[in-house]
Amino acid sequence: MIRVILPFHLQTLAGCEREVTVAVDGAVTVGSVLDALEALYPMLRGTIREHLSLRNRPRIRFFADNKDVTHTAPDTVLPDSVACGEQPLRIVGAVSGG
Amino acid sequence: MTAIRVLVGTRKGAFILTSDAGRKKWAVDGPHFAGWEIYHVKGSPVNPDRIFASQTSSWFGQVIQRSDDGGRTWAQPAPGAAAPGTTGAPSGGDSNLFVFDTSAATGKPLTTHQWYDGTQHPWEFARVWHLEPSLDDADTCYAGVEDAALFRTTNGGASWHELAGLRGHATGPVWAPGAGGMCLHTILLDPTNPRRLFCAISSAGAFRSDDGGQRWKPINRGLHSEYIPDPTAEVGHCVHRIAIHPTRPNTLFMQKHWDVMRSDDGGDSWREISGNLPSDFGFPIAVHAHEPETIYVIPILSDSLHYPPEGKLRVYRSRSGGEDWEALTSGLPQEHCYVNVLRDAMAVDTLDTCGIYFGTTGGQVYVSSDSGDTWEAIVRDLPAVLSVEVQTLP
Repeated sequence: MIRVILPFHLQTLAGCEREVTVAVDGAVTVGSVLDALEALYPMLRGTIREHLSLRNRPRIRFFADNKDVTHTAPDTVLPDSVACGEQPLRIVGAVSGG
Repeated sequence: MTAIRVLVGTRKGAFILTSDAGRKKWAVDGPHFAGWEIYHVKGSPVNPDRIFASQTSSWFGQVIQRSDDGGRTWAQPAPGAAAPGTTGAPSGGDSNLFVFDTSAATGKPLTTHQWYDGTQHPWEFARVWHLEPSLDDADTCYAGVEDAALFRTTNGGASWHELAGLRGHATGPVWAPGAGGMCLHTILLDPTNPRRLFCAISSAGAFRSDDGGQRWKPINRGLHSEYIPDPTAEVGHCVHRIAIHPTRPNTLFMQKHWDVMRSDDGGDSWREISGNLPSDFGFPIAVHAHEPETIYVIPILSDSLHYPPEGKLRVYRSRSGGEDWEALTSGLPQEHCYVNVLRDAMAVDTLDTCGIYFGTTGGQVYVSSDSGDTWEAIVRDLPAVLSVEVQTLP
């Protein structure tokens, strides 16, 4: 199972804990993890990546094994530590605003 | 027993204020959707316990919420989802999907509009500014969005479809955003003619449809805006808000960027009624529930100084349909007040002694239970208020 850590506002939107687990068939990538996450929590569709285009929303960041993978291609395979559940994929709302 | 429910959208959540008909003792419930911008919350006239809310975030995008129990519980509407407030299948997804209709059957090509620097810019969905539930069907609701377009749901918010004739109007490429974005912020439904709708866009102007929203015409004749190249152009006017009285839907009242205006022919022509106002700049405008010629505005000093003249928060009332205005000050701060009142942040109830309500960017929500003669703060320290709607419950 893949561990995913959500930002506060998406936890409240989905009514879930800070950390959730999802199952991914095949390669573990940001894209496939988000597919699984949105299937489990449909209310999150459009909040992390755009509807239809599936482009990441501009103020969302992804960290895998403490590395920023925001700007890597969504089909880039994530580290084994994330794939085996040792480390989470962290979804973070960018620090901005006042 | 009659009750009043005030639906308040703020920068940091929604609040629901309730009272009996006396409007003296209020219960405050919230924040709902804490930390999210709630642009608008509005109940269905058909089923007052059905309430739609626009929840937005620069980080996480647009979310539509719906309550079917008067705001106690909420869920994102979805076909076959568990009813709000119950356990079951998770809801949401498509209810947040606002896609401009470019289909051959009903849509218009996604063209461009004018950007701040005069270049052309593609239409991009940003958020829902205004929700207008149908007058006769609790599953139907209209949504005014940024970039300016009109959407409609007929399944309780589970999915939304653009009425593309508006965005596709021939003048679309010269529409331009105001300081707050190019938003469709006002939707008025004619209670005597279900095929007639009005809308207003900052800063394109006012529009009317006489065929249920398929085709639209600009209705800006008589408006004069010094800040655009042609002050009397067909479009380009920064209309801030329009209001009607349900018994006289051909009479429209408008607060424009500057000027308070009136039309008595369904928007075909307008005349200025600013009269003796200390400033004719402002955002909201409202009509008394039982007196179609009694209207309310809240003057703001200027478009450069978004606060009340002289630091005095004054509602102005005209009992003659404009021109002659009186300041209503009792109970409102008359010194050191520098808040703003936004376009969707004033509403009226329908009790015999009509109540007037407005919210400020300083977080106060004021009520007058005597048509504006005296005012009290229901709450003083909410986040900046974006919208105020009122339900008069049986």
